[in-house]
Amino acid sequence: MVSTKNINVALIGNPNTGKTSVFNQLTGLNQQVGNYPGITVEKKVGFCKLPNNIKANILDLPGTYSLNASSIDENVVIEMLLNKNDKLYPDVALVITDVENLKRNLLLFTQIKDLEIPTILVINMADRMERRGISLDVPFLEVQLKTKIAVISSRKGQGIEELKGLIINYNEISTEPCLNASIIDPEYFNKLRKAFPNQLLYKLWLVITQDVNFLNLDRNEIRNSFTKSHADLKRLQQKETIKRYQFINDVLKVGQTIDATNAKDFRSKLDRVLTHKFWGYVIFFAILFVIFQSIFEWSKVPMDFIDNTFAALSATVAEQLPPGVLTNLIAQGIVPGIGGILIFIPQIAFLFLFISILEESGYMSRVVFLMDKIMRRFGLSGKSVVPLISGTACAIPAIMATRNIESWKERLITILVTPFTTCSARLPVYAIIIALVIPDERFLGVINMQGLTLMLLYLLGFVTAISSAYILNKILKIKGKTYFVVEMPSYKLPLFKNVFINVVEKTKAFVFGAGKIILAISIILWFLASNGPGKNFSDAESIVAQQSNGKLSKTEFDNAVASQKLENSYIGLMGKTIEPVISPLGYDWKIGIAVISSFAAREVFVGTLATIYSVGDSDNEDTIKNKMQSEVNPQTGKAIFNFASGISLLLFYAFAMQCASTLAITKKETNTWKWPAVQLVFMSGLAYIVALIAYQFLK
Amino acid sequence: MQPTIANLKKGEKAIIREFDVEAIPLKLLEMGCLPGNMVEMLQIAPFGDPLYLDVNGSHLAIRLETARVIEVDILNGTH
Repeated sequence: MVSTKNINVALIGNPNTGKTSVFNQLTGLNQQVGNYPGITVEKKVGFCKLPNNIKANILDLPGTYSLNASSIDENVVIEMLLNKNDKLYPDVALVITDVENLKRNLLLFTQIKDLEIPTILVINMADRMERRGISLDVPFLEVQLKTKIAVISSRKGQGIEELKGLIINYNEISTEPCLNASIIDPEYFNKLRKAFPNQLLYKLWLVITQDVNFLNLDRNEIRNSFTKSHADLKRLQQKETIKRYQFINDVLKVGQTIDATNAKDFRSKLDRVLTHKFWGYVIFFAILFVIFQSIFEWSKVPMDFIDNTFAALSATVAEQLPPGVLTNLIAQGIVPGIGGILIFIPQIAFLFLFISILEESGYMSRVVFLMDKIMRRFGLSGKSVVPLISGTACAIPAIMATRNIESWKERLITILVTPFTTCSARLPVYAIIIALVIPDERFLGVINMQGLTLMLLYLLGFVTAISSAYILNKILKIKGKTYFVVEMPSYKLPLFKNVFINVVEKTKAFVFGAGKIILAISIILWFLASNGPGKNFSDAESIVAQQSNGKLSKTEFDNAVASQKLENSYIGLMGKTIEPVISPLGYDWKIGIAVISSFAAREVFVGTLATIYSVGDSDNEDTIKNKMQSEVNPQTGKAIFNFASGISLLLFYAFAMQCASTLAITKKETNTWKWPAVQLVFMSGLAYIVALIAYQFLK
Repeated sequence: MQPTIANLKKGEKAIIREFDVEAIPLKLLEMGCLPGNMVEMLQIAPFGDPLYLDVNGSHLAIRLETARVIEVDILNGTH
């Protein structure tokens, strides 16, 4: 029998070193993406079969520049490396470095070595060495850095087998640190060593300098006896960093030669254009234009396909299964619910495709550089541009895209205001109301009034987002130094495999995460709409039969019964209950129901009204439009959907937080219900007030 | 007055002097922004902020407020 062995391998490295490519090379699609318990940092674990029947769990730790953590992502790295009891505590660490940035990347390597974990130095992007005139003395570096080195190109798949060979022989790697950092303050560190003779000096130092949990030690005990002022600690950290760089410089002086004759090249030429004060913006907006055109144009066909498939499936289920409560739940609750999730897949996949390409290529950092000054006036960061723009497709991936904003305040403001941008779910609502209340005429003979209204609504969304950011920036008191350091990586052709895996993972996360909630809410809504208390609901048929005296045709009769049932269902009664609150906005109880159900997802609006007005086919806009047009207020005799109530509704939908999945993702990203509650109250409150003012002025 | 990184013109190189550690994020130090290292101004963003630098071989962008606290000795003839 052959024995198998499981080992844990951790991938550690600076951002932009191709760490994820190495991970993808080692594991293929054999990965699991989850979260670290209690926080929103992504945890990626993959599996890899190595020679000699060894299986490896590969853990892709978040990118970090050093072990001095400045974000939750970086904290994860330290806590993993300090906690020997963790199930994934590495048997061997791979530090991934970029051959073009070896000097800076080695800083992290020397820190990991101090933790006395067997560490392999992986020098990536070897395919660029020749062009950059870089040559390495690998045996010399291995001796000086007390490690084994794998020179690889994850892009070309070179050196991966050699790397696997090094991993299985991890026992042979020295765990000795490669420099002695404690000489920055010998007296202090000697005392520390005497007080805790069984602990690693560097671990103690990490515990003293930052907020990490170190299970085996009482942190207060170390801190009380070895505390120093913040300034002193930082001075020591600076000294430590200088010490490490001195060591690295000395090693690289011999171990690496760079022929810098062709150093200024492609990058600086491209930078000059892409960050130009005029052309930079022109190119950026041109790229945006292309992205949005494609998201809306290319998504149309698959979205229609999904829509039709689920409508057909719903009908088939209703026909094939025996009639009853369960069939109704499946046909009217669950199937449309799942369809409502899946219909967003094309847009989300395209959006992530473009964002992934922009990030992989290195262009995103240039946009951040271009936009930072402008965005900062509104309390946002240059990095907020991406989420604000993706929000026009859907706020959910947009909020996930805020993760790379390092200042918590700027990130939080971005999360809070992103739902104001006009997302695709508002479009069907806008379309039908505009068609009802805005005349199809031309303004100044050229501009179509309906088109102009739609454009103004998009603009309104963006302006509201920006001005709310401005206000939040003034109100929110969030401590913590905001700093802004962006690495400007070299330009690279995006790797298909990385982009593909990224799109698949992100889309999957969206469907399963937000999907569960959408599904649950659509089932609840269905239940509330198809059940009701009392005789008015249960005896709907006989009541309608009595009222109509048999004058109605079969279809008219069925429609009237459905109306009677809905009116007396739980959701109908809720609509009646809130009528006093919404009538100042110009809405009747039926619109009230549509508004309530829209709090699950806005696009439910048209479908709900269609049901309420007893129109069989809610997809046929003309029918529902005609029905809506002929709705009359019994008290005033005026049309329900007039200019005043229409504008009031448009404004309400522009501002109100009517998307359960956005609230869920905000909760997930901020780890508290406080911020989604703020969004719900602030946005919906604003919507109510604006709609109220608009209606009262216009009626 | 001693010039800072904020005073560098495009293409100008300088050597970083001792600076007040408290005013600068540690991350910047770790990226190689340390006394004695060379810094080159690569690009200045429209509206004069942020600044795109080559610090000790690392390419990065920082805001003007940070650049103003890092004093340098400008190297002549580097235009």
